[in-house]
Amino acid sequence: MHENEKLGYDRREFLRGSTAIAGATAAGVLLPTGISLAQQAKLKVGLMLPYTGTYAQLGVAITNGFKLAVEERGGKLGGREIEYFTVDDESNPAKAPENTNKLVQRDKVDVVIGTVHSGVAMGMAKVIRESGTLWINPNAGADEVTGPLCAPNFFRTSFSNWQTTHALGKVLKAKGHKTAVFITWKYAAGEQMMAGFKEGFEKEGGKLTKELYVPFPQVEFQALLTEIASIKPDAVVAFFAGGGAAKFLKDYQAAGLKGKIPLYGSGFLTDGVLEAVGDAAEGIETTLHYADGLDTKKDKAFRLAYAKAFKLQPDVYAVQGYDAGQLLAAGMDAVKGNIGDKAAMIKAMEAAKIDSPRGPWTLSKSHNPVQDMYLRKVVGKENKVQGVAWKALADPARGCKA
Amino acid sequence: MGNTRLTQFLPYLVVGLLALFPLVESTFYTQLLTKVLIMAIFAMSLDLLVGYTGLVSFGHAAYFGLAGYALALMAPKYETVSLWWSLPAAIGVCALFALVTGTLVLRTRGIYFIMVTLAFAQMLFFIFHDTKIGGGSDGIYIYAKPTMKLGDVELVNLEKLEQFYWLTLALMAAAYLLLRRVLGSNFGRALLGIKVNEHRMRALGFPVFRYQLASFTLSGALAGMAGYLAAVQYGFVNPEILSWHQSGAVLMMVILGGMGTLYGSVIGAFAFVLLQEVLSNQAWFGPSAKHWQLAMGIFIMLVALYLPQGLAGLLARFGRSPVMEAADE
Amino acid sequence: MDFAFFLIQLLNGLQYGLLLFLVASGLTLIFGIMGIINLAHGSFYMVGAYLAWSLSSLTGSLTAAILLAIPLTVILGMGLERLLFRHLYQRDHLYQVLLTYGLILVFEELRSLIWGDDVHGVAVPALLSASIPLTENLSYPVYRLAISGVCLLLAAGLYFLIQKTRLGMMIRAGASNRDMVQSLGIDIKLIYMLVFALGIALAAFAGMINSPLSSVFPNMGSQVLIICFVVVVIGGIGSVKGAMAASLMIGLAETFGQVLVPEAAGMIVYVLMAIVLVWRPEGLFGRA
Repeated sequence: MHENEKLGYDRREFLRGSTAIAGATAAGVLLPTGISLAQQAKLKVGLMLPYTGTYAQLGVAITNGFKLAVEERGGKLGGREIEYFTVDDESNPAKAPENTNKLVQRDKVDVVIGTVHSGVAMGMAKVIRESGTLWINPNAGADEVTGPLCAPNFFRTSFSNWQTTHALGKVLKAKGHKTAVFITWKYAAGEQMMAGFKEGFEKEGGKLTKELYVPFPQVEFQALLTEIASIKPDAVVAFFAGGGAAKFLKDYQAAGLKGKIPLYGSGFLTDGVLEAVGDAAEGIETTLHYADGLDTKKDKAFRLAYAKAFKLQPDVYAVQGYDAGQLLAAGMDAVKGNIGDKAAMIKAMEAAKIDSPRGPWTLSKSHNPVQDMYLRKVVGKENKVQGVAWKALADPARGCKA
Repeated sequence: MGNTRLTQFLPYLVVGLLALFPLVESTFYTQLLTKVLIMAIFAMSLDLLVGYTGLVSFGHAAYFGLAGYALALMAPKYETVSLWWSLPAAIGVCALFALVTGTLVLRTRGIYFIMVTLAFAQMLFFIFHDTKIGGGSDGIYIYAKPTMKLGDVELVNLEKLEQFYWLTLALMAAAYLLLRRVLGSNFGRALLGIKVNEHRMRALGFPVFRYQLASFTLSGALAGMAGYLAAVQYGFVNPEILSWHQSGAVLMMVILGGMGTLYGSVIGAFAFVLLQEVLSNQAWFGPSAKHWQLAMGIFIMLVALYLPQGLAGLLARFGRSPVMEAADE
Repeated sequence: MDFAFFLIQLLNGLQYGLLLFLVASGLTLIFGIMGIINLAHGSFYMVGAYLAWSLSSLTGSLTAAILLAIPLTVILGMGLERLLFRHLYQRDHLYQVLLTYGLILVFEELRSLIWGDDVHGVAVPALLSASIPLTENLSYPVYRLAISGVCLLLAAGLYFLIQKTRLGMMIRAGASNRDMVQSLGIDIKLIYMLVFALGIALAAFAGMINSPLSSVFPNMGSQVLIICFVVVVIGGIGSVKGAMAASLMIGLAETFGQVLVPEAAGMIVYVLMAIVLVWRPEGLFGRA
């Protein structure tokens, strides 16, 4: 089957060859034949995402979202069909450079889409920085990627860890909370979210009384919940995700803290776990760049199309994947499929206004979304939007010199 | 033993063929093979313990990762560091760490030894994971590869993939020859004696503890060499490289390949890395490549059940080497 | 920390310790008595949790789910013993390590194929869903206390089984000299199969009973795997008493470690294990 596919586009390539050469020469490009060939070949998109292990479900959602964006454009970006290359990164940072190499060196992809785990993204950044391949990161929030490590070919369509908690400072202030405790896993993502919150909260005159860390990826919270009960802060802010988040929410309720000390969090605390935790999450408020019930035309259309195509409800990860597709499309359209013209492509992507299900957003100088952070509240099985906690929040991109 | 000559000749043939590889293949496969060779060194270093000294370490990634971090911390951010001192220094750090932990862990035997080696590796893991020394859980970059100069002449340019590959291959061959030499000496025979019957050797007056400690230290040092190369290859170290998953993976390579044969470890490293590469290749297996772990798991179980001496046992049917017989229990 | 909170943390530590014992109890049997290094222990824990989830959503009751799932896991254990493990008793332990490592991969993938990759919750049985208030803002869930009770019963049961029953005598004899037991006309194969199945069922049972607390999610098995080995080894292989002592010790160390020395909380268990083993190379209650 692969053989046939290859033959198929080889012939098309041959038929269209003459017009393309004419076009390229007219544009004054130095290597007309090479580029014309590239223009007609399929665009090679490398997906480096977790397809096994803890984050497998996120990898699938991102892939689906991306493919939906492509399908909406008739399966083509900038006039070129897409050929997908997939690598399961297993969320293992030790294998990250090697796995990135599979796409960059073995498959020679034009653009890499990935990944979920921040440690893996750090490994990708190292390899991609050297190869110069275009990189769209649809999730991993490591501040560094659009901070000290930023590069012209690095783009992110999700969030920086800093962004997801920074707006909470304002939210807590508005509720009249003066002291707070932050609890998370002891690893980089948790620490960065803590720092983002601390900065925002202190700017509002609040005081972060204590930072509590659980060794990653342990899920025994009882000792620290007791600690929280003895500190008696005005509010608790938490970041956990997946199984850990589900357990934390249930333990928080079971310890009787839920009605006594209000719990807030970055949106990941209550995303994808509401089915699992029952009423333990009811009423909890979080900030994130996506929410249920946004009720915009774009979001409705996206949700409908996604549900129809994959028989699944979309989540924030699907949106990030979808926007990765949209961002790539914006670039490809601008250069009419000629991805070889990287400078023009990057410029177009930088200037793109992405009409996202989460609401329109643009890119900051360091290529991170400048986006509205929503305040959401858990109502039943939904993270219902309450309003915008911070309009057009931009990551400070500390250390980015590009 | 009629085929002994063949078995002696075979390693040279294999190394020779491997040396030609970069000339015919693309950069990706050269890099992949470099990684396999590094893992082969790592696995051989563990085989010295598991197969020849009778000590099963479940924390060997500690030395592998420590060397990587040693290089990352020694290398200045925007300048190159010389391999001539940084490699010995990294190996030295690992040897020292192995010496210190060895004096402690060698008090235990059997499963307790397995677990106490794991304990020390986990401590090191959390030191790098939970503190800022090495960039925490995000890891740390090595921006420029070490240089290998003699005077002003660049002997090996580590930025060049093929040259780095050949250097790794040479070091793997050197490690193999060194270990063969060590194991063929009186020291090596004493180790095997200890493995088979520790009490008897002690009764005969052998300083068992010192022999084991020497073996443990050498093993840690060689694992360090592998870890140094791994860190150089991609210029990125992360706590995951000294996690128990990594210790487990290298132990699997040794058992899969066949314990107590040295070359079995090399075979195991090849099988373990390349098999995953093949099984998860979607160009060949389409959507079912997603389930590569299933096929990998079944393969490993079949080897455990039907190949009593690992993959090397298959080879041994063609020519039995004397070392293997000695290693059999 | 005032005295009241100190007492609560003490309770937390003991309760967590008992939970650790529960999860490690199956390993105490298989590893301690049969000498099999079962890396797939965590996978059976995961299988138990997923069975509890899927059967309790089918039947609407966790109790019914557990009663249905236990025979299933016993059958699974017997089947695996017959098909796989039986062939490895006479071989080097490391081949069991290799086999069970393969099993981890297989189970993780089968879990993904059968049950998917989502996070699921299991409801606490209504009868046990209450909480007991401890301070003005902290209370203790009854279900946790109930689990502690189950753990104590299990520990007593295991101790009784191994030390006081005829079957236990045969198991202990089989552990020290297989051939002799066989020559006495005892069906050692059957005993091994039963012990193995019991160990698997215990691991799965831990997953089931713990599922309302832990939730059910991919890779949940690998999180508990190492800690189980730590418990059994610190306690001394084959000693139920030792496993209990080690569980409580770790439970207390982790609990107070997280509060008092948060920077080193991750490694505290391993420091503890290293100290114990360097001091007593056969574990706390191990036979020299």
